[in-house]
Amino acid sequence: MAASVVNAYSDPCIPEWMNAPHSTGTSIMACEFNGGVVIGADSRTTTGAYIANRVTDKLTRITDHIYCCRSGSAADTQAIADIVTYHLNFHKMELGEQPLVQTASAIFRELCYNYRDSLVAGILVAGWDKKSGGQIYSVPIGGMVQRQAVSIGGSGSTYVYGYVDANFKPNMSKEEAVKFVTNTLTLAMLRDGSSGGVVRLGVITEAGVERSVILGDQLPKFYEG
Amino acid sequence: MTSILVPEVPAQGFSFENCQRNAFLAQKGFPAPTATKTGTTIVGIIYADGVILGADTRATENTVVSDKNCQKIHYLANNMYCCGAGTAADTEMTTQTVASQLELQRLHTGRTVPVETAATLLKRMLFRYQGYIGAALVLGGVDRTGPHIFCIYPHGSVDKLPYATMGSGSLAAMAVFESGWKPNMNEEEGKKLVRDAIAAGIFNDLGSGSNVDLCVIRNTGPAQYLRTYEEANVKGKKQGSYRYALGTTAVLKQRVIPLEVTSVNITASPQPMEVEPSYSRR
Repeated sequence: MAASVVNAYSDPCIPEWMNAPHSTGTSIMACEFNGGVVIGADSRTTTGAYIANRVTDKLTRITDHIYCCRSGSAADTQAIADIVTYHLNFHKMELGEQPLVQTASAIFRELCYNYRDSLVAGILVAGWDKKSGGQIYSVPIGGMVQRQAVSIGGSGSTYVYGYVDANFKPNMSKEEAVKFVTNTLTLAMLRDGSSGGVVRLGVITEAGVERSVILGDQLPKFYEG
Repeated sequence: MTSILVPEVPAQGFSFENCQRNAFLAQKGFPAPTATKTGTTIVGIIYADGVILGADTRATENTVVSDKNCQKIHYLANNMYCCGAGTAADTEMTTQTVASQLELQRLHTGRTVPVETAATLLKRMLFRYQGYIGAALVLGGVDRTGPHIFCIYPHGSVDKLPYATMGSGSLAAMAVFESGWKPNMNEEEGKKLVRDAIAAGIFNDLGSGSNVDLCVIRNTGPAQYLRTYEEANVKGKKQGSYRYALGTTAVLKQRVIPLEVTSVNITASPQPMEVEPSYSRR
């Protein structure tokens, strides 16, 4: 995923490393199921054609029950996640209880929209709260926010929209949802050059988060031509 | 307006007032001078008892080697050091600024500052300057939670890894790590692997060269800075001599031209000093 400050490419005054910032050409996904949400991401971070990190964790904790999947510029999304974490922590202390996922998405949207000209960030906010259960909010590059039952993001997502539309069912079991996310991300990683590595998963329920990793040699097999 | 009593306060931060002029000059075929960049190989690994950082010692200005033995492993605190690649001035100033903040934090809390704190300070500073501070860093250190290696990029993103490489020689060095790194290496193995990674950069990357610097930070005890751990490019001994022996060239003829020199000797004799009368005050 090309990630840079707009028009940095053409300016001869800007040094060459400015043109290849660190970005997460990514495949990310989040999916509701009957007890919460499953989130998943690949693990590749690229600088131009070089894989700067092959075991990246793009599933970032915001609170105990809210995580975000990051895509776009690594620096931008890390900074945004840090700021939202700070705000929600403060909010949690004032509130005396776990913040709502909608609140988290609103803060993400506020930052992504206000700084839309200088940020390259596509974020999926996912989590569980006692008001509305498992929820997913998609905050794409311009700073919109939209609740979705299933959402995919990053450069790899374009390859698997059809697969998601064909296979998503509301009210899946946890196992079904985990399988669905794993399959989708595997397919995306196989077709997208800037996605790859391992599949990182997170299952967020009332009990909290349950993290897991699927190594490259344990990924499901599909038609390889 | 401006006077000694009311001095003009210079505006804070970078000045961009010459950007338009420079763009115009560049367009006319007059490129701006380039900053000294440490086309570099820097690395860091976690081993059984702590971390080991490594760096080459070449600094370049375009194709010219401007310093054959510079220091790229910077001090941050007693429990952490930071390797710098990118613009030499930026890595130096960034690490010095953060080192000072860390020392104040240590004095304020009375505790050893965690490595995570340094990583956060560095990433915030670099993110604030949106990549204009060209510092690519490998931060390594130990604290009460164990050993840590962080990779920090000029735009302010951070990766936490068990082994990391940076700079123009990072590909060569990473090839060595990917084939040789394993968890819980002893110090001997660790130093050997870091040396090999830096040597790979020195020999295979044009931007890296000269010597290998190491820094071993153990969980117990102080950091050990091994300046010039190895001279990777020792000059070979010249096998033959290109000096001609005395008398190799035959003397065919000799001619002496006498120089006539005239000199005038002037001897200075002591003279009494002129003494002012006591009533004449100046």
